[in-house]
Amino acid sequence: AGEGSGPAPRDGTGPPAPERVLFPPTFSVSEIKNKQRRHFMFLRWKQQQRKEKLALKKKRKKEREALGDKAPPKAVPKTIENQRVYDETTVDPNDEEVAFDEATDEFAPYFNRQTVPKILITTSDRPRGRTVRFCEQLATVIPNSHVYYRRGLALKRIIPQCIARDFTDLIVINEDRKIPNGLVLSHLPDGPTAHFRMSSVRLRKEIKRKGKEPTEHVPEVILNNFTTRLGHSIGRMFAALFPHDPQFIGRQVATFHNQRDYIFFRFHRYIFKSEKKVGIQELGPRFTLKLRSLQKGTFDSKFGEYEWIHKRREMDTSRRKFHL
Amino acid sequence: SPQVVWSMLGNRQFCSYKMTTKTQNFCRNEYNLTGLCNRSSCPLANSQYATVREERGRCYLYMKTIERAAFPRRLWERVLLSKNYEKALEEIDENLIYWPRFIRHKCKQRFTKITQYLIRIRKLTLKRQRKLVPLRRKIERRENRREEKALIAAQLDNAIEKELLERLKQDTYGDIYNFPIHAFDKALQQQDAESESESEAEREEDDEDEDEDKREFVEAEDSELSDFEDMDKLETSSEEEQEEEEEVEKKASHSKSKGKTPLKGPARRKRPYIEIEYEGETEPSTKTKAA
Repeated sequence: AGEGSGPAPRDGTGPPAPERVLFPPTFSVSEIKNKQRRHFMFLRWKQQQRKEKLALKKKRKKEREALGDKAPPKAVPKTIENQRVYDETTVDPNDEEVAFDEATDEFAPYFNRQTVPKILITTSDRPRGRTVRFCEQLATVIPNSHVYYRRGLALKRIIPQCIARDFTDLIVINEDRKIPNGLVLSHLPDGPTAHFRMSSVRLRKEIKRKGKEPTEHVPEVILNNFTTRLGHSIGRMFAALFPHDPQFIGRQVATFHNQRDYIFFRFHRYIFKSEKKVGIQELGPRFTLKLRSLQKGTFDSKFGEYEWIHKRREMDTSRRKFHL
Repeated sequence: SPQVVWSMLGNRQFCSYKMTTKTQNFCRNEYNLTGLCNRSSCPLANSQYATVREERGRCYLYMKTIERAAFPRRLWERVLLSKNYEKALEEIDENLIYWPRFIRHKCKQRFTKITQYLIRIRKLTLKRQRKLVPLRRKIERRENRREEKALIAAQLDNAIEKELLERLKQDTYGDIYNFPIHAFDKALQQQDAESESESEAEREEDDEDEDEDKREFVEAEDSELSDFEDMDKLETSSEEEQEEEEEVEKKASHSKSKGKTPLKGPARRKRPYIEIEYEGETEPSTKTKAA
């Protein structure tokens, strides 16, 4: 019926379409009952659309060149980051109040170099092999960290013991069905506790083209895109895991990159090939975190005071609104 | 009469509470004392019967007598037992006085078992409770998809490289890396900013640097120092040599662990002009021999 001027092929291939197949505007591919023919017509229609689009682009480019200097500026494509809903808690770098807060919060002793980070890594009950290996690798990435088995102890009881032994941070990796899927990071002497959902965990052997084992040098830390107040406090939490003075001979860098509320962790070794080029090679585990809740004191899920909880109904309504 | 009931239900006909297994018959009736299907344990086939049941942590004694057999609503009489274990046993005894020995004994046994499991419940609730949170499939899928898209948008490698180059520009690494072109550019900038006389002096310095580079004498390098960074450092001006000498030893111990195969190419190319003769006192013995 509405096939236009193109020949109707009997088999799937058929003769090639002429250069300009005119599909009448009332033609709709979905009206053809035969699947093979319909598919063929659809491909032809798509080809034509592509050609038209290319022609349009060329025309526009020509017009642009013809205008020369008077051409209007190139349109910036809209991305989610461009369209992000402005968060009123975004930190202004010159903000005094924020600076004052950060000078007096729980991480002040770390940033004043009064404490050296010492981290305890543990898991939930009965960890499986993957989680155990992940903990070990994490312990090599973070200097001055120790892995201990959980053995069914209650967190509220091990926290005072940790404080007595001078630990500054506690990491608990939660496991479900043999893969690690959650992370609880608690700053110990009365610091905030952050609960993350962990995904895409890759152990060292699963990373392609990786380098050798990380050495004992203190790595540098890169924290990207932590813009809001909440993001700032989380960023400081991560920074407090690593000792203050990175050893540049080691050339290792640990990156926490926040993009759309997902925090990607990577561990690389870098080398400067020239002053404009750097090569990086990934070693060490990688994982992504998504913040679920931030609680003020140390771990206390029932009676703790929560600074921020991810409430799905309220916070997931807009695709352009992010909190970190 | 109970005998008739039992002869029907117990053996011949169907009892909906009866559950048979290979070795035993069980009775699912909620008023059953022992849980087995017996002539003496069947609450339907005994006109005088008693049980102990617990509701919300409190134990009750239920009794059934022949007199009330015609009134099903008032059939089971309920007595609350004391929370104290011994007192409750005495209460059972005094309520079931003159009752058959079997029922009294089984009631007390059942009551003991119930109190034991109530104690265990209370102890367990004090320990860690595991909360099972169901995964919502749609939400999991949504979050995974968003994570993939965020990963693509993040362009991690580029971001990390940019940040590292920024840090290099802002001199956070200090004197470790010293690219001659970089220094030259910096010198050029300083030249433009400052006055002519000063710029002339700097130009002279730059010339000197270049002369020094040209005057470098080369020697065959140890194969241990295949690390590119060493190549880099050894190109620089002589002032950097002292630091490098100290670090070279550290590097030699670490170099093997940091060997990066893709960079062996340019490293090998630059090998010929590594060793720089210089008049320092800290030259190692190999260099002096070559000299």
